[in-house]
Parts: sequence; structure tokens; C-alpha cells
Amino acid sequence: MKLTRKKKRNAGTYSSSSMSDIVFMLLFFFMVTTTMREEEINVKIKLPEATEIAKLERKDLTCYINVGAPLDALQSKYGTDTRMQLNDKFSSVDDIRDFVAAKREQLSEADRAQLAVAFKIDRDTRMGIVTDVKQELRRCQALSIIYLADYPQK
Amino acid sequence: MAKRSTPELNASSMADIAFLLLTFFLLTTTMDQNLGMPRRLPPLIEDEQEKPPEINKRNILQIHVNSLDNLLVNSKPWEVTLLKDEVKSFILNPNNDADKPEKEVKNIELIGGISVSKGVVSLQTDRGTSYKMYMAVQNEIMKAYAELRDDFSRSRFQSDYAKLTEDQQKAVRGVYPLNISEAEPRDKGKKK
Repeated sequence: MKLTRKKKRNAGTYSSSSMSDIVFMLLFFFMVTTTMREEEINVKIKLPEATEIAKLERKDLTCYINVGAPLDALQSKYGTDTRMQLNDKFSSVDDIRDFVAAKREQLSEADRAQLAVAFKIDRDTRMGIVTDVKQELRRCQALSIIYLADYPQK
Repeated sequence: MAKRSTPELNASSMADIAFLLLTFFLLTTTMDQNLGMPRRLPPLIEDEQEKPPEINKRNILQIHVNSLDNLLVNSKPWEVTLLKDEVKSFILNPNNDADKPEKEVKNIELIGGISVSKGVVSLQTDRGTSYKMYMAVQNEIMKAYAELRDDFSRSRFQSDYAKLTEDQQKAVRGVYPLNISEAEPRDKGKKK
């Protein structure tokens, strides 16, 4: 008796009410990850240590200049010498002008004066290249800079 | 009896799981905070005729860092850890020594007439100096200024510099203005 009754039952359907939850979850996940996407950094950077540092105020008004030795995987191609990276590619000091101009272009008229350049520079870099970058920035009238650093590890 | 309702999965916990995952990702993907030391570069002087104003020698604290990361303060070898106190005594000049900077009385809002040091910290590096050392020196100089400003805020406004209002902070900054001049680096120790 029992067995025949069971056969008559139609196939169980899954409730789809949770589907929306999953979709929303995925949506949020992708939202979070896509806003995070920073440029892929191809240089090894270990920031110097400092204590007198403050939080970066307006991230949208900041452009980054990365300086360091190329990553181990890229060293066969680019060597071990200190290189500068703007956006996604290795660049020379002369490219800074275009880089800053492009960033200025993206900003609204009112924000342009507040453009800041953040220096993400490896602690073992020599000052020569840092000074070259600073001189170039002075020529571009991008005078507000930030030396990125980390709190010393205890 | 024959028409039994279809078995349903209990979906009430699904939302919990979803939120759990969501919060997990939200918490783990926080961007690394960017912390840094803000600075303003001096504008480039176009015409060479306009020479920078002459500064009396006693008003300059010369800090050199050579290509081997050795520190020299007024041509004497120095330790980074002792630099902060040297900068502080240079700016304060408590005994009005003849070889330490002059002071001039300035009228500052909220504070009134007060003597402000004319001292300028000059930092010169070599092309071979490491960035680590440069930042360490910069940090010590900043520390000296931060302590001076804190001390002054406490005696005048009975509060730390960071807790003052914006106008008060501006006034304190007026008393201890950040005068760091960075000379063009030399290229003595030629290094690749």
C-alpha cells in the first residue's frame, strides 16, 4: 500500500525563494571586487617605515607612481634594475608628463588643483630615481605628493 | 490524502548563509589602507634671474645623507635617533645662541604676538642614498615638528594638536611652520 502511494507523488520541486539571495550575494561579491581592482603591480615594493603618517584623504584624486625592482617572474625579461611603473606598464621618467596629464583630464575642473601623486617606492630604491621623478613632477606642476609608508612592525 | 504537498527545502537559513558569505567577503577584501607622509614640492623657478633669498647661515640646519647612508648634521657625523632632539633644539633655540636661528615676532590669529623661529631644515641627499634612509630622516624631522606643535598646543590650548579645531591647528602651524628645504641631490658616490 505504502509503496504504490509514493509512486504517485510528483517530483519534488525546489523552492526558488533562496535564488534571489544567492544572486544578490554574487552581485555584492562582484561589486566589491571590481571596485577594488587596482593596477596590477609588476614591481616588488616593500614600503619604508615611518610613524608620522596620515591616511590618504581622497583616493580618487590620487595617482600612483610605483618604483621598485621587477617581480621575480619578470626579471628574466626586464632585469633586476629598479624600474618605474605607471598604470600597467614599465615607464621612464619622461612618461610622467603624459600620465599626470591623463589623470588631470579625468578629474573635474574643481578637483584638478587637488591632484596628489602618491609615491609607492621600495625601501631599497636609490634616491636618484626618486629625485628625477620629483623634478619631473615639478615641471608638470603636480606639486602635492605623498610618500607612502607603513607603520613599523612590532 | 493522495495529494500531499510537495516536500520543500527549508529556505529560511539560506539567507543567513548568504549574508554570512557576504560579510565574509566584505571583511576580507578591505583594501590595504594607504598611509603616507604628505609633502608639497616647491614650484619650479622659471627664470634664473630671480634668485632665492639669501638665508643667514645660522638659520640653516644642514642635514646631509651620503651615498652610504651616513648622516651628517652641520658636517658632523650623527645618529638618526638623535636627529629629532637636534632639530627641536635648533627650532626652539631656548638660550638664544648666536649659532642657532634668529626669531622674529609675528602676529598670529588666536595667539597674538609670538616669536617664531626663522630656522630652515635643509636636507640634502645623494643619488645613491637609499629611500629607506631618506624616509627615516624625514620621519625624524616630522617627529620633531609634531612634538613641538604638541607641546605648544598643550601649554596654550590644554589639548593635543590633533584634537584642536582647524583654526587652532592653523595657528599652531603658524608658530612652528614646517620649513624643510630639499636641495638638489649630489652625485658624489657614483653607483649603479
